[in-house]
Amino acid sequence: MFSLEEIKSRLEAAIPTARLEIVANPSPSGQHSLRVDRDSAVAVARLLRDHAELRFDYCSNVTGVDWLAAEWTEKVKIKQPVEGGEQEIEATRTARRPAHLEVVYHLYSMEHRQGPLILRLCTGDRTADSHLPSLTPIWRSCEFQEREVFDLFGVHFDGHPDLRRIFMWDEFKDFPMRKDYVEPDDYEYEPTPHDEVLAKARKHQLPEAPT
Amino acid sequence: MMDAGLKSELQKQGVFTTTLESLYNWGRRNSIWPLQFGLACCAIEMIATTMARYDLARFGAEVFRPSPRQADLMIVAGTVTKKMAPQVVRLYNQMAEPKYVIAMGACAISGGPFKQGYNVLKGIDRFIPVDVHIPGCPPRPEALIHAFMTLQQQIAAQELTGPRRPRHLQPELPSEFPVPRYGDHDLVPPKNPDRWTAPAISRSNS
Repeated sequence: MFSLEEIKSRLEAAIPTARLEIVANPSPSGQHSLRVDRDSAVAVARLLRDHAELRFDYCSNVTGVDWLAAEWTEKVKIKQPVEGGEQEIEATRTARRPAHLEVVYHLYSMEHRQGPLILRLCTGDRTADSHLPSLTPIWRSCEFQEREVFDLFGVHFDGHPDLRRIFMWDEFKDFPMRKDYVEPDDYEYEPTPHDEVLAKARKHQLPEAPT
Repeated sequence: MMDAGLKSELQKQGVFTTTLESLYNWGRRNSIWPLQFGLACCAIEMIATTMARYDLARFGAEVFRPSPRQADLMIVAGTVTKKMAPQVVRLYNQMAEPKYVIAMGACAISGGPFKQGYNVLKGIDRFIPVDVHIPGCPPRPEALIHAFMTLQQQIAAQELTGPRRPRHLQPELPSEFPVPRYGDHDLVPPKNPDRWTAPAISRSNS
């Protein structure tokens, strides 16, 4: 089993234009993933599948993530030159993340019995530039799962052989798994509501009779 | 209507009397042909009910028909998604009268564990009339058999004339119900207001 760093360096050697980035997972599982840029995604995927030492021949799972725009402050340690050497000081810095959609692929190698290798692809934004290259030509098992991501998140896969909605009906306009999705208001009868459902059900309830 | 005591007395003498109504209801209630369709895991319990261990054939309801034209009973066995709801209503409309509906399980009654989902219909009674509701997730085969027996009792108690006669003998009442259309955000209409209105709930705000 190659480490993610080894896989990354092999890919970079073979495809010099690829912009790869390891996204660390700080949890105990430590399943780090590899972020791939959109333009070289198909070439990277084909190499992962066909490379004799890698042979990631099975894509088990495709899913989506909706990232809203976020801004947060984080503390970083920077080195500042002072008299007689360097001093480490703590500074706060504002980090920004533009809104975008992300698609995650889980790859395994049946031949070498290794995996999962986790690929991440990001769109430019959540509206106009929500296009990604389809990896269905590389792994046929992506076909239905990319359709699912298209249906629920609204990621448009270029090069997909049959990009239609798969769960919702064709006339449906929304993308239900997006964080700003507004569901239909059919909470008129909720006998035992609580929390969020209670707030939604209140709009349909009669005002309380005066006692 | 013949006096029950006289009827019993005649029977002891070997004279069997009956009414057309009870003969008609007796025939119908002992050969209910269900529609062969299932929507989710409740259908597995429905299948178990028909097989040897629970043996629905004892109640004359073992003939599951794959065509709505030949079926009397629709067992809504499972989650009704909004994508499936128009097909369920259409199947009901295609069944010949007299026809009955059993809503089997929490999902078919109310949406069940998926009630707050954007894609699940909160009870099939929002579109078609339901004769027997069975709670459970899923209901045991015994519960489905109980629902069958309840339905048989309902059929046995039906009057064929007068104001309390069943819907299929009242020509002015509908036997078909509007099939909802797929809309941009939800089914259109999301419920049939002639069929179902929300029971009023008043709750203190504390």
